[in-house]
Amino acid sequence: MYLPEYPLPDERGRYGPYGGRYVPETLMPALEELEAAYRELRRDPDFLAELDDHLRHYAGRPSPLYFARNLTEAWGGARVYLKREDLNHTGAHKINNTLGQALIARRMGKRRVIAETGAGQHGVSVATVAALFGLEAVIYMGAEDVRRQELNVFRMELLGAEVRTVTSGTRTLKDATNEAIRDWVTHVEDTFYILGSVVGPHPYPMLVRDLQSVIGLEIARQLEEAEGRRTPDVIVAAVGGGSNAIGAFAPFAYLPAGKRPRLIGVEAAGEGLASGRHAASIGAGKRGVLHGSYMYLLHDEDGQILPAHSVSAGLDYPGVGPEHSHYADAGVAEYAAVTDDEALAAFQLLSRAEGILPALESAHAVAYAAKIAPQLARDEVLVINLSGRGDKDVTEVMRIMGKESR
Amino acid sequence: MSRIHDAFHGARAEGRAAVVPYLTAGYPSPEAYLETATRLLEFADLMEIGLPYSDPLGDGPTIQRAGEAALRAGVRTSDVIEMVRVLRERTDKPLLLMTYVNPVFAWGAERFFGSFAEAGLDGVILPDLPPDEDEALVDAAQDAGLETVFLLAPTSTDDRIRTVVARTTGFVYTVSVTGVTGARDRLPDLSPLVRRIRAHTDRPVAVGFGISGAETARQAARVADGVVVGSALLGRLAAGEDPAPLLAEIRRAARVE
Repeated sequence: MYLPEYPLPDERGRYGPYGGRYVPETLMPALEELEAAYRELRRDPDFLAELDDHLRHYAGRPSPLYFARNLTEAWGGARVYLKREDLNHTGAHKINNTLGQALIARRMGKRRVIAETGAGQHGVSVATVAALFGLEAVIYMGAEDVRRQELNVFRMELLGAEVRTVTSGTRTLKDATNEAIRDWVTHVEDTFYILGSVVGPHPYPMLVRDLQSVIGLEIARQLEEAEGRRTPDVIVAAVGGGSNAIGAFAPFAYLPAGKRPRLIGVEAAGEGLASGRHAASIGAGKRGVLHGSYMYLLHDEDGQILPAHSVSAGLDYPGVGPEHSHYADAGVAEYAAVTDDEALAAFQLLSRAEGILPALESAHAVAYAAKIAPQLARDEVLVINLSGRGDKDVTEVMRIMGKESR
Repeated sequence: MSRIHDAFHGARAEGRAAVVPYLTAGYPSPEAYLETATRLLEFADLMEIGLPYSDPLGDGPTIQRAGEAALRAGVRTSDVIEMVRVLRERTDKPLLLMTYVNPVFAWGAERFFGSFAEAGLDGVILPDLPPDEDEALVDAAQDAGLETVFLLAPTSTDDRIRTVVARTTGFVYTVSVTGVTGARDRLPDLSPLVRRIRAHTDRPVAVGFGISGAETARQAARVADGVVVGSALLGRLAAGEDPAPLLAEIRRAARVE
């Protein structure tokens, strides 16, 4: 087990112009302290062994790289593999990050952890590791999401976490994140903020990327066994804040251009980019600052943050991580967007074709793969990062399908 | 010297800490805001104007709600520039804008700062900009002729204090508590922090966050050159009361003993 070191960010926490630390001064010492602690721990053999042990025996890693024979035949092009992050404990890639951050929190002597959550996947993951390590956990969740995701609220409470309902702003993930940051500003001395994606002030985008890189590193190793090559031709992953995608991309992103696979991030086009109801920060946003980081962002001419929309709560965020913003400008990765309807169709397609219910987030990646796989040669390899399982979305999908058929 | 410099010295000459009220621009309506601000100017040495923002992560519930209400009522950046222009016609006292950085980026720093300076603004307070994080933004404000004010907090190390005061030209805004804005019943002992800051700068030091009335103002005035009060005034406004008597009381309490 090791945590890879990449050329970016620079020493000021920047990926090209993106990233940085636009935060209240109160937090600056804590961010410096976290960065210093992490830079030490990432090379500490005891810490790495502890993380590795938990990833294996608690989270269930490595997750399989599954050759999707039926999809491959149905699409008639590239050989399609699914990276099965949905099989991790708690049902998504989130646990890779929360285990790592909780272990860092423990090493730093912090007994209280806080987190933001949208649909509740990251919140459940944080509540899980807090239970495991005996930490006090407070999870901030927008009132709108609390209403929509009642079951996840109860799951977090069963795990012993306190869920605080956020009623400010749009009452969703963005406002839950504001409230978590306000809590951190107030309790910074004894509290560790477990951020859930590759967003926020430096060092979070770096820290979360490094912890999620296990996804891409495993893809390389598993592909070598399956295909005799370490690099696929294409990797497709859904992008909200961007943590599952960066985990799949980063280990390949710094290869020389000729050796790098096509990396394709799929944003949520919601009801269509023209409708204004979407979450495509790269596809339809402009640069700006949200939650401490300079990135592509959905905001109006005055810089007021606009509400994002997606059928998938995990993609429903008006910004995208600074490293993705940089990849987009530098042409390291491509970014596309698929609509709610396309994602719902892919949700059903994967369920029927392979017997796997994907999370609605991951269904966005499947939907885009369906568009490009048929155009690829039969000896080319396409990997879809299946970031999470769809059980959490079944009620929502039932509601939408039921409404349409009646 | 600048209006800001003169305002602190003027208050000091009267044996007081400078009184700095904060109101959210356009709250509860543009007209009512201008009327209240004009009345508060009578008891103020400097005036802080809050630009409403959708995601004010350094602010507590009172200022959040005022900002949300102003945005719902349709207040835009260009409207706030006009409010600055009106206030400038009514007073010679220093006017400072408190804004998060994203509205600045959205307009472009040169256009944003230039427009406010042209309307008569004296300085800008940037609560989510550690000045070393974006030197170009600080330069743009100063090039537009605005003084730059940044925040320091009880958690600030001597290193951070040195870095922040190096880019400060107006006054040092000291956050009284580890936390977000909002009225509080009492404040922690402020003298160790203010003493550490004064070891690195001769600029005036104002204390804000948590000033709720005479007692907290008296406590702040004992160690600082200025007292900032925001949430307590907005709380009065939200309750349909006149905030002017509270500011008058704070001014009386802000005597330097």
